[in-house]
Amino acid sequence: MAQLSYEQAPPLSVPFRFFLTAPVFGLLCAALALWQGPEIFDSRWMPAAIGATHLLTLGFLASVMIGAMMQILPVLVGAPLPAPRTVAWVTHLLLVAGTLALVSGFTWLQPTLLWFAVLLLSAGLAVFFVAVVLSLVHVRTWNTTVGVMWAVAIALAATVTFGALLGASLGLGVALPTGALYSLHPGWGLLGWVGMLVIGVAYQVVPMFQMTPAYSDKLTSWLTWAIFAALALWTLVRVALGDVGIAFAHGLELALAAAYAAFALITLDLQRQRRRRLADVTLDFWRVGMVCLIVAAAAWTVKLTAIFALPDAFDVFVGVLAIIGVAVSVVNGMLYKIAPFLVWFHLQTSNTRRTPVPHMKKILGDAEQRTQFRAQLVALALLLVAPWWPPLAYPGGVALALSMGLLLRNLLAIMRVYRQTRSDRAA
Amino acid sequence: MASIETFMGEDHKACDARFARAEEAVGAGDWSAAASEFEAFRKAMERHFEMEEGVLFSAFEDRTGMTGGPTMVMREEHEQMRGVLATLAEAVEAQDADEYLGQAETLNVLMQQHNIKEEQVLYRMLDEHLAAEAEALLARYADIEAG
Repeated sequence: MAQLSYEQAPPLSVPFRFFLTAPVFGLLCAALALWQGPEIFDSRWMPAAIGATHLLTLGFLASVMIGAMMQILPVLVGAPLPAPRTVAWVTHLLLVAGTLALVSGFTWLQPTLLWFAVLLLSAGLAVFFVAVVLSLVHVRTWNTTVGVMWAVAIALAATVTFGALLGASLGLGVALPTGALYSLHPGWGLLGWVGMLVIGVAYQVVPMFQMTPAYSDKLTSWLTWAIFAALALWTLVRVALGDVGIAFAHGLELALAAAYAAFALITLDLQRQRRRRLADVTLDFWRVGMVCLIVAAAAWTVKLTAIFALPDAFDVFVGVLAIIGVAVSVVNGMLYKIAPFLVWFHLQTSNTRRTPVPHMKKILGDAEQRTQFRAQLVALALLLVAPWWPPLAYPGGVALALSMGLLLRNLLAIMRVYRQTRSDRAA
Repeated sequence: MASIETFMGEDHKACDARFARAEEAVGAGDWSAAASEFEAFRKAMERHFEMEEGVLFSAFEDRTGMTGGPTMVMREEHEQMRGVLATLAEAVEAQDADEYLGQAETLNVLMQQHNIKEEQVLYRMLDEHLAAEAEALLARYADIEAG
């Protein structure tokens, strides 16, 4: 029997440790950019650039995505995650330690640290993966979201596996059997794990937050499977055919870019038809993310079809678009709905004396969200131009530090309301 | 034949539409429209709760003997929503837009996550266990006084 209960909602500390970690890694990324300076934008192969990328993908994105999945998976699929406290504790510790080891390994070129990071990150993410799978196998009522979550979990496993192979070979100094891993790891990470989770979450939250029409059933029933199938086929082609199949592989990449661009256009169109018309920072973050997704898809199409070689800066530009423009925007926007609501919900359910509970906008005001949104937008704009004009790394780094500092301040303010209300009540 | 999932899911959408209209009126500072739109929204919500608690959930509980299961959790969440609706009514009375919009934002998230649980899990269970009598049960919606 599917369960619905408060016990499914894990303790507040489960998601919040991940949420509070994210802006700290964002600050570290800004610090790394400021310390390394314009060189970090030279090419995607610069060790410091790889370090900065992982501060965002593991430290910021994976952290919030894992914390949020532990919270919302029980609601979305109606099956609890096993041992949420233990899973959160182990995954968080290993993710933080592994990310620090990985980034240090790249920044100071220490192969031993890379090897160590592979062990920590593989172990931590494997614990989370197993917990998600155990939750999903207990689902009794199949729906679209359950399917998407399976695809997301498999994409995470693929990303970690390909990343671990890369890290291990760099760490041990063993030559790789194929250079395809350098595409497969970011491909599964961004187009699989991050992209499909964004789509799956969008199906639920875009209609509910702004009261837009729903995504069409036709779209939701095939889009993520088409993306998943294209990624699987792309992997086969890259691994089995190597350079012989490169034209086919590029064709699949074009199809993936088109699928994501279509998703972004449909999302913007649904949001345009929203019933709730009042200004909303989460909505604005989503819209920035969807516009960046369309530009990123167009840019990748240009790269694949260009008749002349594009500079290294082009890859870095697409990376900034996809990671900071799309993923960080959406995740940052979602935090402003999830974090205040969870504090409200936990205060409400523990409210035996029926004292008033502050509403979401008292837990975190619109003005504080808006200021951070603007700082993030400035950071994004500067960092998008920096690949073409590297001195912008400095103001871009400063703006990113400011934005991440404000995000951290906002999340701490949310926690403070929780603690304050609890202690007022106890008094 | 209408399923419980379809019928009650549509009623969620109707409640959402009323919610949005009331919020829009508050946002525009039109308090006379806000008062009537909010009243219509509150009545629609209460009617929906009544339909679930008094008709569908109790039929499910009688049929399965499960009173401490998912329907109990949904009843508890209805109580939480009734609490927020009461603060919204006070905000309309006091013509306090900031209070209304903050409480409305909270209610929306609460309401939507509740709807997901009902539409994706509970209503399907109801349809499964109450298939024979679903039509007769849904017909009772017309008898429930709004508010």
